[in-house]
Amino acid sequence: MNRVAIPLAVFGALLALPLIGLSSYTMHILVLVLMWTTIGMAWNLLGGYCGQVSFGHAAYFGVGAYTAGILYFKLQISAWWGIPLSVAVVSVFAFLLGYIVLKLRGPFFALATLASGEVLRITTENMGEFTNGTLGILIQQRTWIEKTWYYYIILAIAALTFVVIRKLVASKWGYYFVAIREDQDAAESLGIDTTRYKTIALVISAILTGICGAFYTNYMGYIDPHIVFALHDISIITIMIVMVGGVATEWGALIGAGIMVLLAEWIRAIPGLGASHQAFFGILLIAIIIFLPNGIVGDLPKITRLFRRARA
Amino acid sequence: MSLLQVQNAYKFFGGLAAVTDVSFEIEPGEILALIGPNGAGKTTVFNVVNGFYKPSKGRISFKGVDISGMKPHKICKMGMARTFQVVKPLQRMSVLDNVIASAYLRTDSKEKATAIAMETLKFTGLYEDRDVISKGLPLGKRKRLEIARALATQPELLLLDESFAGLNPTELDESIGIIRRIKERGITIMIIEHHMKVIMSISDRIVVINYGQKIAEGTPEEIRANPAVIEAYLGEEQHA
Amino acid sequence: MGSAQLEVLLQTLISGLLLGGLYALIGLGMTLIMGVMKIINLAHGELMMVGMYIAFWMFTLFGVDPYLSVFIAGPVLFFLGIAIQKFLVNPVLKVDSILPENQVILTVGIGMVLSSAATIAFKSDYRSTPVSYGTSAFYLSDIWKGSPIELSLSIPWSVSFVFALAITGALWFFLQKTDMGKSIRATSQDLDAALLMGVNVQRMRVVTFGLGSGLVGAAGCLFIPIYYLYPALGGQFTLIAFVITILGGLGSNVGAILGGLILGLFESLTATYVGMGWAPVGRFLIFIAALLFLPGGVASLLRRRTFGK
Repeated sequence: MNRVAIPLAVFGALLALPLIGLSSYTMHILVLVLMWTTIGMAWNLLGGYCGQVSFGHAAYFGVGAYTAGILYFKLQISAWWGIPLSVAVVSVFAFLLGYIVLKLRGPFFALATLASGEVLRITTENMGEFTNGTLGILIQQRTWIEKTWYYYIILAIAALTFVVIRKLVASKWGYYFVAIREDQDAAESLGIDTTRYKTIALVISAILTGICGAFYTNYMGYIDPHIVFALHDISIITIMIVMVGGVATEWGALIGAGIMVLLAEWIRAIPGLGASHQAFFGILLIAIIIFLPNGIVGDLPKITRLFRRARA
Repeated sequence: MSLLQVQNAYKFFGGLAAVTDVSFEIEPGEILALIGPNGAGKTTVFNVVNGFYKPSKGRISFKGVDISGMKPHKICKMGMARTFQVVKPLQRMSVLDNVIASAYLRTDSKEKATAIAMETLKFTGLYEDRDVISKGLPLGKRKRLEIARALATQPELLLLDESFAGLNPTELDESIGIIRRIKERGITIMIIEHHMKVIMSISDRIVVINYGQKIAEGTPEEIRANPAVIEAYLGEEQHA
Repeated sequence: MGSAQLEVLLQTLISGLLLGGLYALIGLGMTLIMGVMKIINLAHGELMMVGMYIAFWMFTLFGVDPYLSVFIAGPVLFFLGIAIQKFLVNPVLKVDSILPENQVILTVGIGMVLSSAATIAFKSDYRSTPVSYGTSAFYLSDIWKGSPIELSLSIPWSVSFVFALAITGALWFFLQKTDMGKSIRATSQDLDAALLMGVNVQRMRVVTFGLGSGLVGAAGCLFIPIYYLYPALGGQFTLIAFVITILGGLGSNVGAILGGLILGLFESLTATYVGMGWAPVGRFLIFIAALLFLPGGVASLLRRRTFGK
């Protein structure tokens, strides 16, 4: 019962939120939170459930963003078409990169994915003809000045992602993903084609991330390789969102994205500390790993126990 | 026709030969034991048979199909399942989920997979523990979970790698009972075991390997009387 | 090939070799840590950045030559590494979590803290160290008057290379000849056997992390006369160290040295013949090629030759 009621209640509340007349800045924060929630959920499918910790989700975010950007820049087609098109383009990239990186296990997988994000960034920088290089792509005419429509679009994407991942995790594939995370050799000997299912998890995760990238291009109106293929500001933040919220949990990404986006904004607001947001993030990351290794949602029992003890 | 044929299999690691020219066959319905001193290459033979290692030379066929170098999951799908000497439970999954994950091999429906898993858990006496997270299981039950998981893939040939090691006498008797009942279901079994009493009482035929080579093959009575086997085991005791 | 083209090629190879020697030193530090701890230290480049800042400030404030700072930054980084291992990495090794990669992510966090601490303290300005010999070089025509081609050998590059060789030699001596070095190698090769033989594995882990950090700190000092410095430079060198480690074969010291040299040569060739901007792409291509075609790295080739049938 709660499994249906809670998501519906959250969705309903998010649907109604713009009606109470929020400032443009608040709407912007909400759009960012929902976008990061979606990316976090996508990463969590591959990292949390299937156990393949990707340090390179910026690769897929960036490919999605540039799919939309290049449509506009080279072909003068609306960048919104980038959202459906990015599904195809990102799938191709995910298959190719997956073919290479999924042969590797554990930390080597992690680092190969990190490298794939960096390769795409440098390639994009060097292919100026096609991508406008380091100058980036600017969309002259934004679709809406108001944030409301952007908000509803990203809310739809996030809700869809939530449903897709919930269905997947409960299915045969979900069992296979977790089996691979727990022990690849055992999984293989139980008849699970580990390469195939890791590829499936990667491609789905990449597509969802790429859609967010394409949305980002439309929403922000400007992309360049350093922004959308950023190692720290995309790939690592994605990991942090899931780590903070809760690895392999349904709601971890939303909690994590909320905390991280607000934290980033809060630090930015402190004069003289703007450049140091990464130090804060780094310390938070270290603290989370040591004290709450399964994130806020994952370690909820531990947290409530602590509070109870504090009150007693 | 034999269910499994191993023909002149070799496995080298770097320059070291772990398995040298091993051949044997398994007939449908029998229990074949693979014995030998520690480090003789028994588990390597298993790994070559179930696809974890590609044989360096030689040929493995299962149900008449050449499976040398085939991936383990494909071999499993063809009807060969295995357990691990060092148990590999899916740690953070419940016992039931462990078995469901493997039961999915023959079905896409959750109901059917759950039904197969439930039946297998009852068969192996783990039904009461079905909701336990598997890393919390005691060793004896983990060993049995390995068997349950392998059975849930509905194999024709089951490879058991030291499923009795470290069990107490009660657990040992239970496990022997389970093996006998698996055989009654018509599943062929190949078993690696150290426990001589168990081997002699349940196996139909025995293959003995030492230093990666087959040194004897025969019924339990023949093996008991074989001088080469006695030599191999006595030799081991002297070294130990 | 005309003499001008030959000149370019030889000059490229020389710079590649010199760069490769320094890379080898960076790779060695990471390889040591990976061998003993079985974790990848993604703060490796940031530790080098710390070493570089030490050398920079020693020079700027006290006029200490960067090459002398090797003996300051090395020990400082050694103790920093020990502190990181004791107070951060070790607790995480004991924590039970879903993702075993937590340790890797932890080092990412450490790297982030180091690089942004440097940004706060020193701003993100590019700095260089104006040592007097910064631009001087040996020329082939100085030695051989009638030489048909002209080659140059930058003095700071050459000195850094020689220092890198000397440090590598000292490390080799330490690992091969001293008891502690032997214990470290034993821990790296077979943890259980080392434990059985009474090696204090816990202590070896701490020392190794210190040693790996000290090595990369020293490497930082060697880079200071020839490279500019900015707080975010660490990430790039972490990647370089990692590529070298994969290329060399995980945990193999000889492999790391060869891997460093190969990478140096390859980058130098890419920069000359494809374009400066593509050198990092070349780095990743060689990385991916190594993963696909040579999963055991250069070390697996060496091994095959020794025991091969």
